Amino acid sequence: MPSSSAVMQVIAVPSLISSGVVESISGGIGEPSPKQSSMSKALLYDSTLCIGCKQCEQACATQNNLPYNDAIAGEEFQSAHKLTAVLTPNDKFMRRLCMHCTDPACASVCPVGAFHKTKEGPVVYDVWKCIGCRYCMAACPFSQPKYEWGSLNPRVRKCIMCPDRITAGKQTACAETCPTGATKFGERDDLVREAQDRLRQNPSNYLPRIYGLHEVGGTSILILASVKVEDFGYPTSEKLGETPLPAYTGRVMERVPDFIPVWSLVLGGIYWISHRRTEVAAAEAAEKNNGGTR
Amino acid sequence: MRIKLTFWRVVFLAIMAVGLYSTYVRYWRGLGAVSNMTDQFPWGFWIGFDCLCGVMLAAGGFCMVGAVYLFKVESLHSVVKPAVLTAFLGYLLFIVGLLFDLGRPWFIWHQLIYMNPHSVMFEVGFCVMTYTTVLFFEFLPNVFERLSWKAPIKWIHRIYPILIVLGILLSTLHQSSLGSLYLIMPSKLHPFWYSPGLPFFFFGSAVAVGLAMTIFESTQSAKALGRHLELSVLVRLGGALLIALWVNALLRFEDYFHRGLLRQILRPSYEAYFLWLELALSFVIPIALLSFKMVRLSPNGLYLASVMSLFGFIANRLNVSLIGFETYVGHHYMPKWTEFSVTLMIIAMGFALFRVAVQYLTIFPKDDMVHLPSPAPLGVPTGLPVLEHAGD
Repeated sequence: MPSSSAVMQVIAVPSLISSGVVESISGGIGEPSPKQSSMSKALLYDSTLCIGCKQCEQACATQNNLPYNDAIAGEEFQSAHKLTAVLTPNDKFMRRLCMHCTDPACASVCPVGAFHKTKEGPVVYDVWKCIGCRYCMAACPFSQPKYEWGSLNPRVRKCIMCPDRITAGKQTACAETCPTGATKFGERDDLVREAQDRLRQNPSNYLPRIYGLHEVGGTSILILASVKVEDFGYPTSEKLGETPLPAYTGRVMERVPDFIPVWSLVLGGIYWISHRRTEVAAAEAAEKNNGGTR
Repeated sequence: MRIKLTFWRVVFLAIMAVGLYSTYVRYWRGLGAVSNMTDQFPWGFWIGFDCLCGVMLAAGGFCMVGAVYLFKVESLHSVVKPAVLTAFLGYLLFIVGLLFDLGRPWFIWHQLIYMNPHSVMFEVGFCVMTYTTVLFFEFLPNVFERLSWKAPIKWIHRIYPILIVLGILLSTLHQSSLGSLYLIMPSKLHPFWYSPGLPFFFFGSAVAVGLAMTIFESTQSAKALGRHLELSVLVRLGGALLIALWVNALLRFEDYFHRGLLRQILRPSYEAYFLWLELALSFVIPIALLSFKMVRLSPNGLYLASVMSLFGFIANRLNVSLIGFETYVGHHYMPKWTEFSVTLMIIAMGFALFRVAVQYLTIFPKDDMVHLPSPAPLGVPTGLPVLEHAGD
């Protein structure tokens, strides 16, 4: 396996780089690029091109210094030691990995800011900051962060989209190793356009949607498929909605800075009034007593 | 001094022994070994009960402080000290619980330096930390009184207005924010419990539980300490509890009505059973009971209604944090016995510390400590894990 994937890498690199160049040129002509993701990298996964060879799993394990063998290849679910999984039920293929949301819930909920979305696209994790509250796992709509439950100093593990490779100008390990181009690396705008082209050219091959284009405000993983992604554990688009999840808490959290002074004043005011009232009552009572004795 | 082995002391020691074994498993073999939490269920019983319910059950502190010092309800003066003590112990134990649940508790101080203002968890953590400090200062005069230190008591009395306002402000923030924690999970949490109103429900239930908990605690400690029970205090609290329950119930009804779920919650389903249980215990039965003047004037009736609503609101928080996720996850989560034993150990520690504090400090008014011929003038249900005479 390792030797063949190395060969694949050698073959795959030039072809994908050249296609990337072509993409960026064609993307640059005429069409204005959308505001948010001008420099943002993404992955396009096309399940109709996937052959279930699981070489992406192996490349991912190698990249992240994780063990990989036949037993792990047979695990058709993600875990702290399997950051991406190719599911192969009934000879249908679907890849699962962190979606790298444009506005990620994990980054928003982390009390110590251990997650953040880089400008290149990956959502990365700083293990040093992490206190292990696992709010990221609870909040992630795709349930991607996994935990090292057996460790005494556990880390959250998820696909981090090879940020070192991307800043070095390379593509992700999985995209580089993919023999069929089912996982393709590139600028998000370009990949969206390419996905739309594929849908237009071969409408009968696909279900007519790009999963990840608008879900929870858009993700850096885009999925084309002939089968329903929901059958492989992905949440339905209706459930996810198009609002970035941090907006739900943002609505409440943005009130806090105003709430603190206002509520303090109200409480302080009530305290002052009732305190004053008892003072006055005591003074009046004292006066009455004095009057009575006089 | 000879220490007599009473029944409850044996129970206490057994709980502690089992709990310490689970503590060993937690810190020497990891979260995976001690709990049934999984990648699908990253938050288990410790978050659901120890944290969410623990903070709620400690709400009596800010409720009573607010009633007595802010609104000058002088008749409730005798319950402020025990309520503050309960709250202080509750928050300390909440932090102990957190040290079990956090994967890397030794980095808990990162909260102070890597602050993420967008995170509800950050807000909760920060408020809880500050509020525990406030409670510490509110509790401290008890210790000074015991030591007969006059000057420090004066200092604390001078900053009391600040402590009171700060305490209520912080409580409002974090009690509601515990609900806001779940606002980011609209696709995961079952619609019966996911609602934009979560922060309001959590704050509302904290106030109701604060009242119910004070009734429970006054009755229970009166029984355990052979104290005379002030019925007028309980009656007042019971009246307030009835109003709080009505407000909570109406909020919940409004929410279901506006989201068009009224028909769905009446249809039998796995979630509906748990919802019915919750609504019956927290609203229907206690409101029905408290609507009778006879019940509102009887210590037993008030005790029963409060305990029932306590269980109801605990059920609510467990539904929000555990049951509400089962359909999304696709399987059930049942805490491992070691998870229960840690929680039980923490609760036992709470009872023991409360008992010790009452023993050595003047928590209850002195003139109240009249020795009644019979220690249990009220027909309080026995069998509750109160550590009677644990400290004497």
